[in-house]
Amino acid sequence: MYRYDKIDQAIVDARVAEFKDQVARRLNNEITEDQFKPLRLMNGLYLQLHAYMLRVAIPYGTLSGTQMRMLAHIARKYDRDYGHFTTRQNIQYNWIKLEQFSDLLDDLSKVEMHAFQTSGNCIRNISSDQFAGAAADEVADPRPYAELLRQWSTLHPEFSFLPRKFKIAVIASEADRAAIQLHDIGLQLRKNDAGDLGFRVWVGGGMGRTPVLAKVIREFIPVSQFLSYSEAILRVYNRYGRRDNIYKARIKILVNELGIEEFTRQVEDEWALLQPLALDAPQSEYDRIIAQFPDPAFDPAAPDSIDVSNPEFGAWVDQNTHFHKQRGYASVTISLKPPGGIPGDASSAQMDIIADLAERYAHDEIRVTHSQNLVLAHVRKVDLHALWTVLRAAGLATANLDLVTDIIACPGMDYCTLANARSIPIAQKIAAKFENDGAAQRDIGELKIKISGCINGCGHHHAGHIGILGVDKKGEEAYQLLLGGSGAEDASLAKILGPGFDENGIVDAVDRLIGFYKSARTGPDERFLDAYRRLGPAPFKDAVYV
Amino acid sequence: MPHILTGNRLETGDVLWWDGSDWTLHIREAALIEPAAIEALIAEMKPAERINDLAAVEVTVEGGSYRPTTTRERVRAIGPSVRPDFALPSLPVDTI
Repeated sequence: MYRYDKIDQAIVDARVAEFKDQVARRLNNEITEDQFKPLRLMNGLYLQLHAYMLRVAIPYGTLSGTQMRMLAHIARKYDRDYGHFTTRQNIQYNWIKLEQFSDLLDDLSKVEMHAFQTSGNCIRNISSDQFAGAAADEVADPRPYAELLRQWSTLHPEFSFLPRKFKIAVIASEADRAAIQLHDIGLQLRKNDAGDLGFRVWVGGGMGRTPVLAKVIREFIPVSQFLSYSEAILRVYNRYGRRDNIYKARIKILVNELGIEEFTRQVEDEWALLQPLALDAPQSEYDRIIAQFPDPAFDPAAPDSIDVSNPEFGAWVDQNTHFHKQRGYASVTISLKPPGGIPGDASSAQMDIIADLAERYAHDEIRVTHSQNLVLAHVRKVDLHALWTVLRAAGLATANLDLVTDIIACPGMDYCTLANARSIPIAQKIAAKFENDGAAQRDIGELKIKISGCINGCGHHHAGHIGILGVDKKGEEAYQLLLGGSGAEDASLAKILGPGFDENGIVDAVDRLIGFYKSARTGPDERFLDAYRRLGPAPFKDAVYV
Repeated sequence: MPHILTGNRLETGDVLWWDGSDWTLHIREAALIEPAAIEALIAEMKPAERINDLAAVEVTVEGGSYRPTTTRERVRAIGPSVRPDFALPSLPVDTI
């Protein structure tokens, strides 16, 4: 994985020193809160319901055992012994103290980590496929290009005050495990007929108040030119994106208002103007970065078949491991959705254990998924049982990937100032109906439930097979029910099914939906989403609103 | 409807309540404020720049204790409903 060079470290050190000075000036009342607030937000520090919340960047969701151990240390020393992995493949801490913040930043920077550009109207953390570099279906490892984007977008002087936040995702396969069609820019690495690498470029996707699927504005841009093409997109957005209305400021609104043809024309014209400036990275820089993402030293003699006669272990292998490009290896998803747990939360002790396991069994690499789980991308199958045994003892071996209890939930009104309703208790109540019966979960099959506590959609409710949106109804929490969304390659936006529910009503409604689906599906292979697409909303509505 | 005044301590982010002469961590120690006096009180405190997000919270008075009328403010006063271990013994999360 990528390691900082002197320039990377100098940038982080300078920014940390700058913000430490700003924090000291605020604590000494040399600047007001109104002056300080935009500065702290640009460094990932929010003031939430109970305390300060810090969001730490994990570029394209990849970190080493050493970095994970530092995240555990941060949780233990500066927070309440846990962290929350997010749908942006980052980690958030909920109980940070401003007076300790300078020491915290120093600790983070020791392991090449920081928190800037995790908030504010800038280019946020680049996200990617959690199986990058391991998946058998990718044309190349997308992470070197995500890393180039990280370097290009870090403190980019022209794009530090965009009309609104900006999110980019990069994948390298037809299967979309990073929801690229729901990003401001989605980049899909592919090969053209000549066998050259380039990107299909999607623009204008997003969730939130106005959910939109991205549109393709270029079928192929060579990898050697994708930075300048991205620059052209950002320039058009920065120039014409609305700044008068926060709800109409994302690029999706601009694309919609201009129309995709006109938006594309403007991007192409801008890109032509940029060509003489030679903004793309030289081949030597590509080579330098690509060289830092080599395949691990795979064991060519690793056996491909293993003993799965232990039914609990076998179920975990079936559900939580993913096909690997290297014979004898698998990618392992560590579920952060245990029975009774909080989606995405991990204790500092669990983080330490995962760091140890990554170093011992997974070539010292951990990934964060946008579904709030963790991945060890390169594990010998012969090591799976030993790995599972340790995970099981730590409460980290729940075999529920992509099943009904693998629920995405934003922090909701338990933590977040923006939320209108709580998300986590709804996830827990739904999960409680199924979490003690693995066979029943597997019988239901793939079912992605996604819960947001407000219209901003951090819980990706518009991309849920079943989406739940918390709303305020005259001071009381209420929940809208949406069906039919997908953040995968078959992307679609979930639509509201009917009137909303209270806390218990929404849980019962989900139960009835699942019951109807099981009775109406053509067979166990027809997913909930496919049954919904085949049947349409009417019978599901009849099942819920009895 | 009665109101009490709240904010977050600059140094720690802690949720605080105005008791009439100082800030306290405990909502039960808050002082009721006349609605007409809220704006002036906030205007008086803001220049000190030590307490962020100053705001009045509407409460009901039940058995001598205060209960914010919105779920949001009850969660804020008590703690995350999903982490009962963080709540004060005097304010368990089931009072949300």
